[in-house]
Amino acid sequence: MRFHLTSEQVAIQDAVRGTLSECWGMEQLHRFADGEADFDPASWKALMALGVGGLALPEADGGAGLGLLDAALVCEVAGAAAAPGPLIGQIVGAIAVAACANSATRELLTAIASGERVVTLALDGDLVQSAHAADYYLADDGAGGLHLIEAGDGVTIESVTATDRSRPVSRVSFGTVEAHPLFTAGDPMVQRLRDAALVLIAADALGGAQHCTDLSVEYAKTREQFGQPIGKFQGLKHQLAQMALEVEPARALVWYAAYAWDAGLPDATRAAAMAKAHLCEIYTRTTRAAIAAHGGIGYTWEYGLNYWFRRSVQNRAWLGSPAQHRARAAKLAGW
Amino acid sequence: MDLSYGEAAEAFRKDVRGFVESHWQPGERRGAELKEFVRAFRRAAIDRGYLYRSIPKQYGGSEQPADVIRAQVIREEFGRARAPMEVGGNGVNMTVPTLLEQGTEEQKELFIRKTIEGDYIWGQGYSEPGSGSDLASVRTKGELSPDGSKWIINGQKIWTSQGMQATHMFMLVRTEPDAPKHDGITYLLLDLNQPGITRRPIRQMTGEEGAHTFCEFFFDNAETPVGWQVGERGKGWYVSRTTLKHERASIGSADGLGSQFKKLVDLAKEMSRLDDPLVRDRLAEIEGRVLSHRYSSFRLFSCAAAGEDPGAVQLMMKLLLTEIGHEIALLAQDLIGDQGLIEPEGAGGRGPRGPRGPNKWLDQIMGSLGNSIAGGASNIQRNIIAERGLGLPRDGSV
Repeated sequence: MRFHLTSEQVAIQDAVRGTLSECWGMEQLHRFADGEADFDPASWKALMALGVGGLALPEADGGAGLGLLDAALVCEVAGAAAAPGPLIGQIVGAIAVAACANSATRELLTAIASGERVVTLALDGDLVQSAHAADYYLADDGAGGLHLIEAGDGVTIESVTATDRSRPVSRVSFGTVEAHPLFTAGDPMVQRLRDAALVLIAADALGGAQHCTDLSVEYAKTREQFGQPIGKFQGLKHQLAQMALEVEPARALVWYAAYAWDAGLPDATRAAAMAKAHLCEIYTRTTRAAIAAHGGIGYTWEYGLNYWFRRSVQNRAWLGSPAQHRARAAKLAGW
Repeated sequence: MDLSYGEAAEAFRKDVRGFVESHWQPGERRGAELKEFVRAFRRAAIDRGYLYRSIPKQYGGSEQPADVIRAQVIREEFGRARAPMEVGGNGVNMTVPTLLEQGTEEQKELFIRKTIEGDYIWGQGYSEPGSGSDLASVRTKGELSPDGSKWIINGQKIWTSQGMQATHMFMLVRTEPDAPKHDGITYLLLDLNQPGITRRPIRQMTGEEGAHTFCEFFFDNAETPVGWQVGERGKGWYVSRTTLKHERASIGSADGLGSQFKKLVDLAKEMSRLDDPLVRDRLAEIEGRVLSHRYSSFRLFSCAAAGEDPGAVQLMMKLLLTEIGHEIALLAQDLIGDQGLIEPEGAGGRGPRGPRGPNKWLDQIMGSLGNSIAGGASNIQRNIIAERGLGLPRDGSV
């Protein structure tokens, strides 16, 4: 029986946090948010050098032999830092390619696991993260099959002003393209890969919500009004306690969903839906509460809380809203 | 992560199951006969090391090394067979751990065995009409008798669970009226069967009253020997902190919440509302929190087994449970609709229970409000989370 993090898992999170703190601070975030690029090569290289692209792959496939849980822990830290790049696409793409017997795509595995080639998700709709920078799109064909589409001819990318400035999306359409079939409709891997993506989005939301709570608590300790730190006022204190009460227990919901996926438990699909729905609700509420707790400074662009708010907007809508996943969870429970 | 208990625990489970199957055969026994059978069963379970594991043998316990996994397996197997576990209540959960930590040898000898065998039932004498969350403001007075052999107690206590059955009380009394608030309190044990004590049940909002509910107590020159004082004179506040710690550790169970949620889904089905998309959405939303609570309790359990500190989440479990209870109550109220306009037969302990339909949920709908108050009110819980969990500055007045 073990249901808390190992010291190795804590060390992975520390390593990712340390790396991001060096290359992805508020200054970089501001510059990126106001720029044109949808990808930041420096932070990507730094993250990939830690091996996070292939974390969940078997060692025989050039991975670290760890699980989706470990990948989720990485995504949690990335979410807390509002890190750029299609990290979730890369991790899910690597799992997809490793799980497919197609020899043409297996040849790509090393380059994908190492992050040298960038994979992004193009599922459900046409808005795609880091579309300009991506080498491959993990795309559905609208009929239930999954393909790996190469960048280049036949891929049309239309830039938009993205709400989420840390992971900008573009509008992508596929014409006649070079597509490697990965899984056909009805293959259990199709659902499994979607489940993995949902768990990782939930983990990103967990990290973001925790970050917003932490920032609010720190601010309440230092900001003074009426001659005392505002964190001494019970009204604010209780709001902050309520934020923590939402976020901290939900951590175990993400852990369980990732564990269920790794262990292939019968409720893995339902657990992924519950985690995605619940954490994205919490992320929305927490970013709103954080801005309220900060007062005027929280409403400025400069302070930067808006980046997490904007990220929560994408997480919430991405691969289905909380209400949609709750409806799925209800059905999967046999209600 | 791994939610299995491991081979050693499964082997232990076999032993426990075998014991329960062969020993828990109550058959048709009723009344005194059943009571004696239960008593004998508990004795056998203690001999096997299954009950009262943290209590030394000399006081009637089974004195086993701390092992949260084994303790969990025992709970599961006894629960499965509906076999009686330890005697519940304040005595086992609060008095005994406090005496083990702070009691004199004489007190341990005198009280522990009788308590775990169910002969002594303890009421908690903390709250007073003027002292609720601000517990250290107690005013019930304790004065030494002229010969210094007894404490003489005058005042009033309130919200004592099981007060009508209680044989004894552990209580906080003010013994040094001139000392600072927290330093003038002494922790006393008291025999409740004596002149000078009047008890009265409190009728609750659920309508509940009578034998099993809260009481208020009036003390008019009640007496207790000085040897029944726990800890030093004037240090009772700090002794009571041990007791409250034990109370917090014993409140809040994920399994209970899980089965309550299942019943809520059954209620939706029974009321033909399970097809309603709004009901399904609300159920799934509540379940997100139910599962967060459940998996967080796995996390606490796992940390306890490994001897690691789980951090702030342990401060949140009571409030989380309370809040989920409110959400369940609100949905249940909508689901029962106008059936909720009629109280179920036998509600609130008034007479024998009659046929109970969906309106039996009224007990939970109103009862969930009690959870916001008992065992540390919700706003106190929020203070604890903010101050001890998040490190926010303490409110100067507390």
